[in-house]
Formats: sequence, C-alpha cells, structure tokens
Amino acid sequence: MSAQAYVRKVRSGESGLWKSAKPALTRLDIELTERCNNDCLHCAVNLPAGDIEARGSEWTAERWKTLLTEAAGLGCLVVRLTGGEPLLRADFEEIYLHARRLGLRVMLFTNATLITPRLARLLKDVPPLEAVEVSVYGLTKETCEAVTRVSGSFAACRRGLGLLGENGVAFTVKGAVLPPTSREADALEAWAAGLPGHAGRPAFAMLFDLRSRRDEAAKKNKAIAGLRQGGDEFVSFARRHGDGAVDEWRDFCARSAGGRGDRLFNCLPMGSSAAVDPYGRLQYCLGLRHPGTVYDLAAGSMREAVTKFLPRLRETRAADPAYLERCGRCFLKGLCEQCPAKSWAEHGTLDTPVEYFCGIAHAQAVAAGLLDWGEKAWTVRDGSERAKRRK
Amino acid sequence: MTEKIDLSRTYAPSDDVVVREIEGEIVIVPLTSGIGDVEDECFTFDEWGRAVWSKIDGSRPLETVVQELLDEYDAPAGLLKGEVVGLLQELYERRMIVDKG
Repeated sequence: MSAQAYVRKVRSGESGLWKSAKPALTRLDIELTERCNNDCLHCAVNLPAGDIEARGSEWTAERWKTLLTEAAGLGCLVVRLTGGEPLLRADFEEIYLHARRLGLRVMLFTNATLITPRLARLLKDVPPLEAVEVSVYGLTKETCEAVTRVSGSFAACRRGLGLLGENGVAFTVKGAVLPPTSREADALEAWAAGLPGHAGRPAFAMLFDLRSRRDEAAKKNKAIAGLRQGGDEFVSFARRHGDGAVDEWRDFCARSAGGRGDRLFNCLPMGSSAAVDPYGRLQYCLGLRHPGTVYDLAAGSMREAVTKFLPRLRETRAADPAYLERCGRCFLKGLCEQCPAKSWAEHGTLDTPVEYFCGIAHAQAVAAGLLDWGEKAWTVRDGSERAKRRK
Repeated sequence: MTEKIDLSRTYAPSDDVVVREIEGEIVIVPLTSGIGDVEDECFTFDEWGRAVWSKIDGSRPLETVVQELLDEYDAPAGLLKGEVVGLLQELYERRMIVDKG
C-alpha cells in the first residue's frame, strides 16, 4: 500500500507503461483505402476517388471492426487510420468509433477536405487522443492546387481546418517541399503556429517514396523521382533555422555503433507494430509489399501474423553483395533511410542499396563534419568513434 | 467536482473511459473529452491502486470494499480507509468513476 499519487499518467506509447513483457502488438497502421480525392504530384499511393475496382475490393467496416477488436486483444494501444484519403469511406465514423470504444488511440492522417461539421463534432466529443495530421500543400489556392491538381481543394482544406479549430480538435499540419511550394516553408510554419488547435511544428516531406505497389500506377515513379530534393538542398533546408538538425545527426551517429551487418530489419522501435492494406493484407510496414513479406489475414489470424509471421520476417538476412559491402558496414545507418521497403519500391528486391538515400545520408554526414567530400562511409572503420570525437 | 467520497455509497467505472487490462497492467483510456488535464494521456495504477480498482464494479458499497481489503492487507484500518478514499476521490475528480447511489 502506498500513500503516494494513486493514478499514474503515462503516454500510451511509452515503454515505461510495461513492467514486464510488451504486448505482441502495440501499434497498427491501417490503410483504409488507396483512393484519394486529391491527385498530389508526389503521392505514391493515390488512386482516383471513384476507382470502382479498388473500392469494391476494400475491406468492409465489419471486417475492420473485427480486426480492431483482435488487435486490441493483443494489447494494441494506437491505430493509425490513413490512406489514400480515409475520409472517403462512408463508414469512417463507424470504424473510428469502434476503435475508440476499444480504448485505442487514433492517429488520423487526412487532407481535411472532407471534414464535415458532424465529423468535427465527433472528434471533439470522442477525441482521437492524438493530434490529427493534416496534409497542407500550399498556402494559396494557386500553390496548393498546383500540387493537389484538384480545383476547390484549397478552399475545402481550409474549411476542414477551420472546423477542427472551432471544435478544439488538436491537429498538426504537414507540408511538402515541392516546386510549387518550396518557397513557402517558413510562411507555412508561421501560419500554422497561429491556427487555433494547431499542435507542434509542421513537418515537411522531401524524400518522396516511390510507389510500393509494383503495378500499372508505378509508371508515376519517374515523375515522383524528379520531384525529390538532392543532398545539398536537403541539408540546406534542414539548416534554415540553424545547425540544430546537423548537431542531431552527429549525435545520432555517435550513438549508433557499427554497420547493419546482414540484418535487413533495423527499425527496432517498430518491432511490435504492423500495417494492413485496404484489402486485409498484413505487412511489416505500409511501404513493404514484397509478396514474400505479406500475410493474408483472410486466410489466417492477426495473432498468428504478429506472433509468428512477423518475428520470422524480422530475421531475414541480406544476401546482395553490394548491400553487405556497403550498408552492412556503414556507420550512417541511423541517418540513412535504406530499408527493405525502400529497396522494394526502388528495385523490387529487399536488399539492394538505394543510391538516392545513400546520397542524402552522405550529404548529411559531410555537413555534420563526419565525412570528407567524396569519402564513402562504409570505408570508415571507426565511424561512431569519429562521430563521438567530433561532437 | 468537489463532492467527497462517501463510504456508504457505491461506485462504478464511468462510461467516459475505457478500461483495458494489458500484460497485467490496468490501463484507463479516456473516451470522451475532458478526462484528465490534457487529452493525450492514458492512466495506469500501482499495485495497490489495481487491487482497489478491481473491486470498484458498482456491486457493493465502498465500506464493503474497504472491509474486503482489510481482510486481504495487513494494514491499520484508519490508514487503509484513508488510502481508499484518497484513490477514489482522485478517480472521481477525473471522471473515471461514477456514483451509483
């Protein structure tokens, strides 16, 4: 018996919550639909809102509710509802409320254009417990709709943000550094800071993913790759408010010892999470759709997927000689976005080095004073020691 | 909400929260707005709080719950009663329990 505070407040995602074993599943990402009412230049997901084939194949609300119940039973605390545009689904509220009534916190990713007074009120009365993340691609009608390529999307987004603000629903806006918006980043930050209900600072997407479904729509990949920032531009953007980001990169490298070896799955904090696509296929993360890494929930169970299938998958080893020679020995593993999902999207394999991300990480390391220009990180034998010395 | 906890009354978990038991921990997740100081947190108990919470199910008055705890814990009656009332006061103020009469 203790005479101290009786009730302990905790962030549900924090490790301090668990005194013994963590649950088999702590976070679930659900891609409710591939469809979107915007057609953003850089997006690797969106199919047209009216795509009949995609819509007809999506799981029903009943199936999602059953899955959410199973996930909660496995200890899941947080579910991310994303898309495409998840609010395109007429049954979104039903799925959302079911998740909340199970005691799940909900991360909602949306473009806000379909937020109605009714939905804003629901989010007020039954809050998601996580800030709603809203993609805002442009501060003016011209810049925004040059990205979304849908007339009226700017006004609809502003209307949605207004409804969230009026109802006191916490949200965060996210931008993207694209040709139409590249000069707006500072202005977007200042604008967001003044919005009622806005939490935190906007994040900006720059290293755009290619389409992870290797299908007909992947022909868009060339256009997406053409929108990406180079290493110098990336560093310059990160430094626009000072050298804080560069200091973080250096600290990060000082903390990570050695290379990846032949391990493919290195994102350990994601170790007890999973993702499910609109058709009930469970994945390690939303980007990894290699057929050998996907589990069909219609033919199995969530429990088997997270307790047997994913742990086996995490033990997959790299075999590509270039990966072993480079990524396997590279001390920039904490900075670099190289992972099986990126390799799959770029090359159709799990273990091929992705030159683009390698170049970005090297530019970061040069800016942080960890590498000389032209030096390759995998040739440095004492990388983390070097990072510690140069802190 | 300044009402005092009354040992003769019966209390139960509120419909404004979802109570979950995960890996042996009781986790209370706000469902409706206004639970707690901010809305981005959930709540859990120490071992003692867990023992009390498990008995707050709306089936019997609090004085019966206190007596059951006295039978289970080697603690002075006055101290234990004070601890139970303190815990329930906090839960009540956070709208995690309701007074069922």
